[in-house]
Amino acid sequence: MSFKTFDETRSRAISEWEALEHSDKPRILVSNATCGQAAGALAVVEAINSELARHNIEAIVAQVGCIGLCYAGPLVNIIKPNRPRICYGNITPEIIPKLIEDYIINDNPRSDLALGTIGDGNIDGIPKLFELPMLKPQVRIVLRNCGFVDPENINHYIANGGYGSLVKALGMTPEKIIEEVKKSGLRGRGGGIGFPTGLKWELCRKSPGTVKYLICNAHEGDPGTFVDRTLLESDPHTVVEGMLIAAYAIGASEGYIYIGDEYPLAAERVRVALKQARECGLLGDDILGSGFSFNVEIRRGAGAFVSGEETALIESIERGRGVPRIRPPYPVYHGLWGKPTNVNNVETLANAPSIIEKGGDWYAGIGTEGSKGTKLFSLSGNIAYTGVAEVPFGLPLRRLVEDIGGGIANGRKLKALHPGGAMLSLIPASLVDQPIDFEGLASIGSGVGSGGMIVIDESACLVDVAYMLMSFAYSESCGKCSIGRLGTKQMLGILKDATNGKGQPEDMDLLTELSGSLALGSFCPLCGGAADPVVSLLNYFRDELEAHIKEHHCPAGVCQESV
Amino acid sequence: MITLVEGIKEKLSEILSRYSGEKSDLIPILQEAQDGFGYLPGEAMQEIAKFLRMPDSVVYGVATFYTQFKLAPGGKRKIRVCVGAGCHVCGGARILREVEKQLGIKPGETTDDLEHSLETVACSGSCALAPVLVVDGSVYGRMTATRVGEILEETK
Repeated sequence: MSFKTFDETRSRAISEWEALEHSDKPRILVSNATCGQAAGALAVVEAINSELARHNIEAIVAQVGCIGLCYAGPLVNIIKPNRPRICYGNITPEIIPKLIEDYIINDNPRSDLALGTIGDGNIDGIPKLFELPMLKPQVRIVLRNCGFVDPENINHYIANGGYGSLVKALGMTPEKIIEEVKKSGLRGRGGGIGFPTGLKWELCRKSPGTVKYLICNAHEGDPGTFVDRTLLESDPHTVVEGMLIAAYAIGASEGYIYIGDEYPLAAERVRVALKQARECGLLGDDILGSGFSFNVEIRRGAGAFVSGEETALIESIERGRGVPRIRPPYPVYHGLWGKPTNVNNVETLANAPSIIEKGGDWYAGIGTEGSKGTKLFSLSGNIAYTGVAEVPFGLPLRRLVEDIGGGIANGRKLKALHPGGAMLSLIPASLVDQPIDFEGLASIGSGVGSGGMIVIDESACLVDVAYMLMSFAYSESCGKCSIGRLGTKQMLGILKDATNGKGQPEDMDLLTELSGSLALGSFCPLCGGAADPVVSLLNYFRDELEAHIKEHHCPAGVCQESV
Repeated sequence: MITLVEGIKEKLSEILSRYSGEKSDLIPILQEAQDGFGYLPGEAMQEIAKFLRMPDSVVYGVATFYTQFKLAPGGKRKIRVCVGAGCHVCGGARILREVEKQLGIKPGETTDDLEHSLETVACSGSCALAPVLVVDGSVYGRMTATRVGEILEETK
């Protein structure tokens, strides 16, 4: 394999893609990620195939990943020759016979079922999909291919510029790559403080030793967060290419991708992607004849939230029990099997191909002073348009909720936002004009997090929500440190009493004290942040908490229901 | 009883033959064993410990650390109700209560006819379609009490 053979692979991939794009047969593309499947996509594909057979219609039926409009799943896209693609939402197997008869046979585009069109040309009565409020504010760098390519076909990825950044990177020095990433201002997207990625790569590269490891953290255990899953299921090659670039930059020839056990489809698509990349000479020994070798192994999590913490993840690969290690030493100095190890989150790595392609300066032109580029968010909860969105840093939370998310479902008012993971503070509705930005959200006691964004309306009881979050922290606490193990238990007990009408007046002070102890004394960020939702209740929703504890009354009327 | 042990040994040695016996093989081996047996029989864990040259207690410690591993056989169908934050604010607790009512068991339990076991899951990552129910790995979204009944009936 050489750069020349990649050119040939690319030409073939482009021909395959062009042939599809200019096909004289209609094409029907079904969004087939977990969210689509949960909404019934597989039954829809079955109905499409049987209807096409019944009418003896020759058409191309294929799968694509998720474009992010999960609320409208299953999504079905129909592309007739020389017509823009029409994206239909909420399609059921029962609608399929009529849709195929109306649009494919009788050329009635059924604007009543359509969400929008994609591509050149207009169709009367159907808006342009990317002009709609849920897509217009988005800047799609990481998600650029999601919903457009077949995630199990490497040629689709290559035809759309894929692995071009790897080829470019292999022509650069590792130092130059690190410089570009530093210039881009990219910061870790895994839910931590947003450590500068370029600096992490540099520390790992400069760390003494010839054996180094790259780990892609795809554990994504945070309740409410599904951005990495969406990406891995919809465009796994972007992540694989990002891993290759990072490995080359730090000088690693072996890597792992650690995927949570709740994500079987993501793991399967990554497995297929790695196999295809290997077959194309883009992964393995002496990649494209460059002398650079990189091999990746998939490791599956076994269902422990704490194993998503980078040192616990390393421990889990090495020995089994995924409990965190003391930091420092940081993994870039002393990581997997004591070797320098760079652990990056899925989304972080997925930004690398575009940064190498377009340059660090281009990337740094998006976002705010301290937070560059874009951030993926998964919207869920009491919101009209649930799904996954990619927004530039600096966008006010309000636009994420009201435009992209379509506002609160059922006409109620916003009460709070809960950015994922479970260990972040709730953001009150009064602060919804705050721009999305690492420092900005930290200044109000919360954070960007891993990208979950659970929207909570006024019908919810936040003490009940805090109790639920604490029971998660308690059950997922690994037991290594006593304050984590016991502090979460004590706080859980107090919150349980509060929701059961058994609160004692001194519980308010106890919660404050325990929150401080957990934050200060916990061994790792899991329990260190476990009290954050409660802290936000003490700060922003004190009345509601006091009503439970002192008056034994739940203003939202939720807790009485559950007692 | 002897035949059971023999059966386990046979299946297990086939799994173990694919591994070199590094300590880091423990979780992948446990995952394959669980896939093969549906749970982790005690004999299997002891064999694995021997193979990896580690104390039984280490294998047991790992097996009980992770929620994925089960030490007893469950029902034919594994029903998991998501109790993550996204599902919770969309009525996940009601779905759990409905499943509990219909199956007559609590999370962690298996029905007497060994048809269904019930578990809760902290998040299945399909929050956009909350509340969700997972049956043997297949996610069912936009759950309602009525649909719970239909799905349980379908999966019988």
